[in-house]
Amino acid sequence: MADITDIQNEFIRQEIEEYIERVDEREKIIALYSKTSPDMQDIAAAIIDGQHETSDELTKTGLDAGISALQIMDDGLIAGMAIVGIKFRENFIFVPEVLACARAMKAGMKHIEPILSASGIEPVGKVIMGTVKGDLHDIGKNLCIMMLRGSGFEVIDLGVDTSADDFIEAVEEHEANIVGMSALLTTTMPNMGRTIEAFIDADLRDDVKVMVGGAPVTPEFADDMGADAYGANAVECVDIAKRLSGVTA
Amino acid sequence: MSKLLERLAAGEILISDGATGTYLQQNGLEPGGCPEEFNDSHPEIVRQMAANYFAAGSDMVETNSFGGSRYMLKKYDHGERVEELNRKGAELARAAAPDGRFILGSIGPTGEFLEPNGTATEAEMLDVFAEQASGLAAGGVDAFCIETMSDMAETSLAIRAAKETTGLPVIATLTYDKGPRGYFTMMGITPEGAAEQLAQAGADVVGSNCGIAIEDMIEIIRKMRSATDKPILTHINAGLPKIEHGKIVYPDTPGHMAELMPQLVDAGANVVGGCCGTGPDHVRAFAHVLHPS
Repeated sequence: MADITDIQNEFIRQEIEEYIERVDEREKIIALYSKTSPDMQDIAAAIIDGQHETSDELTKTGLDAGISALQIMDDGLIAGMAIVGIKFRENFIFVPEVLACARAMKAGMKHIEPILSASGIEPVGKVIMGTVKGDLHDIGKNLCIMMLRGSGFEVIDLGVDTSADDFIEAVEEHEANIVGMSALLTTTMPNMGRTIEAFIDADLRDDVKVMVGGAPVTPEFADDMGADAYGANAVECVDIAKRLSGVTA
Repeated sequence: MSKLLERLAAGEILISDGATGTYLQQNGLEPGGCPEEFNDSHPEIVRQMAANYFAAGSDMVETNSFGGSRYMLKKYDHGERVEELNRKGAELARAAAPDGRFILGSIGPTGEFLEPNGTATEAEMLDVFAEQASGLAAGGVDAFCIETMSDMAETSLAIRAAKETTGLPVIATLTYDKGPRGYFTMMGITPEGAAEQLAQAGADVVGSNCGIAIEDMIEIIRKMRSATDKPILTHINAGLPKIEHGKIVYPDTPGHMAELMPQLVDAGANVVGGCCGTGPDHVRAFAHVLHPS
């Protein structure tokens, strides 16, 4: 079994010691990082620390040195976001810090994305995300999108006030396998159920998995309206998307 | 000193109102509709809402202007009506107010992040809050209630804008989630930290609203009280929304919430009222316990 001393980067070791409390998660993270090179750990550290200039520079340096885009994404950027996600879920960091980490992620991804799309590498999954009809709130949804992109998903963002038709159209156009809906208002929450019904009416319900979230949404409500999954936060959103797209069991 | 602050300084426990959004939805506001637009299109409903709360025992009523900032109104294409909709909201509440009761100008979050997290600049946000505050002041508010905030920088700008533009007293309340490590706003502020920082930013009354049920709110108020001598206001949800038979319901009855009022006051609250899911019946029950006569 991998040991924390197998990780060369001291900052990463400290982060794990200090913030990853669950035994199973700690084992997973250590296993993930122990397989990565010091260069990749430096990139992950820049993500965790929210240093977008460093992540930009190190990603470019890595690519110039001949490291594959996929490896930098997996071992550097996504590995970094894995720790960020856990720290966020556990209240060690909050929205401002996560936004800084997401900026650092984006700074690295801007070098990676063109290479991946040119080489025809498929994303982990395609997700359509939107805030439902009548609802103009998007902070939570945008956090989910950042974390999803940070985990290798292609995300099509439909923005706020998204009608059932817009969701359906986007699924057909992009051949997406997951739909994520958000609502902040209790008055617009029922529009999630209406959108799901519209998918049934359009004979598309079996083609997509539906995940829902938002402050007033509960697992019971998600179940009641026929969603496939509910996520309480952006970290759960990524876990669910991975599960729904068959990446993890 | 303003009459409102004088009464609080004298140790009175005052009662605020209940929800605005919940009331308007029960009276014709479409899901996702612009509540502030009702100040122009449905003035009688807005005035009657204030009248109902005063009749139920509210010492103060908030204006229907929570989303009345330019940033929010712009989303409904009413970005050019900030002064009008805020002023009208204040005038309608004022028209319903018996002598000696107060009108609080409600100011909610802009929905924008300040740089570098978002694109809004401090100058721009200050301007947006000043515009809303002056509209509310023109309609005759006695004080402001800056509420449902999560970011201290944004809240501080709102406090500053309201003070500098009008000189009126300012109440500022934050919204907390209960997370694995305790109570934090979305941006990571603790109740104790908020109590101190809100006072430093110039708030005359500090507090918390929305987000959680009354049992948790009692804990939050206790934590805020441990960090400040300022009067504390709280507007509490009628519990967390649930689904029953396909409809959204707020579970906490007026009786349940009223029963816990003494604990809330004991924890340090000086002004209590309702947030999402509460109505005039809740206020009546609060008044029955806190102002028996």
